[in-house]
Amino acid sequence: MTDTAITPSAFEAHGAHDHAHEADHKPGFFARWFMSTNHKDIGTLYLIFAIIAGIIGGAISGLMRAELAEPGIQYLPYWASMIHGKENLDQALHFWNVLITAHGLIMVFFMVMPAMIGGFGNWFVPIMIGAPDMAFPRMNNISFWLTVAGFCSLMISPFAGPGAGTGWTVYAPLSTYGEPGMSVDFAIFALHLAGAASILGAINFITTIFNMRAPGMTLHKMPLFVWSVLVTAFLLLLALPVLAAAITMLLTDRNFGTTFFDPAGGGDPVLYQHLFWFFGHPEVYIMILPGFGMISQIIATFSKKPVFGYLGMAYAMVAIGVVGFVVWAHHMYTTGLPVNVKMYFTAATMVIAVPTGIKIFSWIATMWGGSISFKTPMVWAIGFIFMFTVGGVTGVVLANGGIDDNLQDTYFVVAHFHYVLSLGAVFSLFAGFYYWFPKMSGKMYSEVLGQLHFWIFFVGVNVLFFPMHFLGAQNMPRRIPDYPDAYSYWNAIATHGYEIMAVGMIIFFINVVWSLAAGKKAPDNPWGEGATTLEWTLSSPPPYHQFETLPQVD
Amino acid sequence: MQLFRLKPVLLAVALSIMGVGAAAAQPATQTTPAASAAATTTATAATPADPTLTADGQEIIHATPGIGQPTARAVDLQPQVTPTGIEAHGFNNNILLPLAIGISVLVFVLLAVAIFRFRAGRNPVPSKTSHNTVLEVAWTVIPVLILVFIAIPSIRLLAHQYRPAPDNAVTLKAIGNQWYWSYEYPDNGDIQFTSNILKEKDEVQPGQRYRTDADGPRLLAVDNRVVLPVGVPIRLLTTSTDVIHSWAVPAFWIKLDAIPGRLNETSFTIEKPGLYFGQCSELCGARHGFMPIAVEAVPPAEFAQWVHAKGGKMPGENAPPPPGENDTDTPLGHDGVLPPAKDMTQGIANGNADATDQPAVGAID
Repeated sequence: MTDTAITPSAFEAHGAHDHAHEADHKPGFFARWFMSTNHKDIGTLYLIFAIIAGIIGGAISGLMRAELAEPGIQYLPYWASMIHGKENLDQALHFWNVLITAHGLIMVFFMVMPAMIGGFGNWFVPIMIGAPDMAFPRMNNISFWLTVAGFCSLMISPFAGPGAGTGWTVYAPLSTYGEPGMSVDFAIFALHLAGAASILGAINFITTIFNMRAPGMTLHKMPLFVWSVLVTAFLLLLALPVLAAAITMLLTDRNFGTTFFDPAGGGDPVLYQHLFWFFGHPEVYIMILPGFGMISQIIATFSKKPVFGYLGMAYAMVAIGVVGFVVWAHHMYTTGLPVNVKMYFTAATMVIAVPTGIKIFSWIATMWGGSISFKTPMVWAIGFIFMFTVGGVTGVVLANGGIDDNLQDTYFVVAHFHYVLSLGAVFSLFAGFYYWFPKMSGKMYSEVLGQLHFWIFFVGVNVLFFPMHFLGAQNMPRRIPDYPDAYSYWNAIATHGYEIMAVGMIIFFINVVWSLAAGKKAPDNPWGEGATTLEWTLSSPPPYHQFETLPQVD
Repeated sequence: MQLFRLKPVLLAVALSIMGVGAAAAQPATQTTPAASAAATTTATAATPADPTLTADGQEIIHATPGIGQPTARAVDLQPQVTPTGIEAHGFNNNILLPLAIGISVLVFVLLAVAIFRFRAGRNPVPSKTSHNTVLEVAWTVIPVLILVFIAIPSIRLLAHQYRPAPDNAVTLKAIGNQWYWSYEYPDNGDIQFTSNILKEKDEVQPGQRYRTDADGPRLLAVDNRVVLPVGVPIRLLTTSTDVIHSWAVPAFWIKLDAIPGRLNETSFTIEKPGLYFGQCSELCGARHGFMPIAVEAVPPAEFAQWVHAKGGKMPGENAPPPPGENDTDTPLGHDGVLPPAKDMTQGIANGNADATDQPAVGAID
């Protein structure tokens, strides 16, 4: 396993030399940031982009929580009239659907994915395998700018018509003959662009990881973060073309008179759901696997121990990726599936709990016997393990087709996927951000603010999302702007949770700004002996081009 | 705040065009429930009385807090009134929930112990252990066994839920529309009606029917409830005329998507009389949150009477029974209790079932 096996001496001395080079070759501002082919610069761009998208997506969820704070329709007519300029209740209610759709699409495609794969993947996969850059630097560039273009298309959508109010799943026929105007077309185009960007990125990562590992860096010595990105890249490569096909069929149904999903012409709306979820379920793992990888690195680093059961951890991710492709219809339990199909998907879905359990227990075993220091990245990682477990066990509940008949499309589902994403994926993103911030920026973050951010955010998201289990058990449906009064108590508490979380986010941004402006200079390896991967052998920030002499890995 | 006051009016206007318009269109051939019972002395005197309504059109079964509807501050599942619902409820509460809590607590405790025992201050020298085959096999095999333990009741539950309805089942066809439900009873003759959300008093135009507490909670009460017999298997068919909807009643543990071009089927048996509410559970457009479902479960005899009152027939009957059998001058009570006398003319004029707490037409506003 690589974490303990590298010999940095061969290239450690090159820091000063590389700095000299960098002065020669670093392009001017426009060329560097707008025409970039450097994996670290593109990674930085992705992170900045993801933060901006995250602010927008998070603000939208703030609007939603404000509206849901008490029963009745409070603010939607104002917000709708701000965009459409006239007062109409149906438009106001439709605007609610626009909000939930935008929140989902932004967070999935323009926050989590760009941050995990585009941001941290770009930054650290080449460095961790001892490569100078990605295999296809220009393709890397087009991946980023296609993502930006996709985001712009999504932002144009609400102004090009009544807004896309289809939910992030864009189910036909609501998304075909149920939604006039060009809004849904713009949203579909946004998905096309983001999807194309991700496919290109996936090709780039697979090629890089298979062909550009430093001498001695065998697949079974790769850091687990690289493993996680490799598995994720395969999921992207296999899943996204299916989404592209499905939403292209939506486009032709909408605009060119085809009837793939229209029963009036012999089509079937359920076909869309099969296609969407054949992409959509692997997408769930696309969003969480790189997080698994980051958590593995961080737990090992701060426990000063190699990852427990390295091979089991790597192949658990492969298993999750493979099984993730054959469980999609558990999102469709109420669509009238035959009993045998429902039994199969129930059993197959539960199988995923096994490799996931292996990962949870291996992380704890990594901590066991270690010498743990509770720096900010580590507290986020520990928070991740516990919160992801909570999200995982509610997933086992929902996996049962017979139980899902009652909980499908209720807030129980909302609670479940926010525990694995908002408390899982996002926690891993913050863990990774604090872990690598000194390396990326060359500045130390404020430990006090980082810990404060964690605790406030941790309390906030739990107050926000845990009551949703109760709302779901009492069958509050998803995606409704107003609810029967019996649901008001837990909804009010959830909104307070959002407010707490928002305070945590303000502390995060203060921390980032303060650290960049006035943070202490970061050493090459701020984390000590536990940090054994290659990025800690480089300067902080790394030279513009690293590894001009390839490192040798034992 | 003034802006918000506009909303009810707009909602009322919109609905009078869309939903209520459709609702009014259907019963035109039959008579609204309110009218059929209330206007007994006039044109519809021939129809048997609707057993679910008093003579002046007031619903007899009222919503019961805690049953068939959400409970404020509750943290658990709604009480179940069908055998499969009770089985699923037990499976969830006795197996899944304890396991979920147990595993979460186990992970929490392990983390807490690791954090306490192996903090750098207490354990400065880390071990180098990175493998333990026995442990790794154990935490692979034990979860597999737990999942098998879950899978057996889970698969059994599915088998029970999919048991086809017997021949004597009552068939209910629920049709989703943007944004209301319409219902048919294909085995009971010609019964069909639409079911719209009942709006609040300040949201309707004068004279329109609005929700009272007897109808049920806000956003759950409907104008025309589904009526089903207790103790008799129900075959539920769902479909849709536009986009996908989902017909859901939590107290029955039933949720079935209504998909255009498809006819989905499931079955259940209601064991307790009562009033059960649900909401559309698949995003279907602007007013997705405003197309509730209300099911009134009554004894079979009362169901048969209701079917006749609606102009339908029970299976085996050749035609609707001869009219005029009921003593239409006597308001029909539920469980032998006579409802309080009402001023019928006012009830008709207002179009509202509850005439007592409502001023005369014109005074509203």
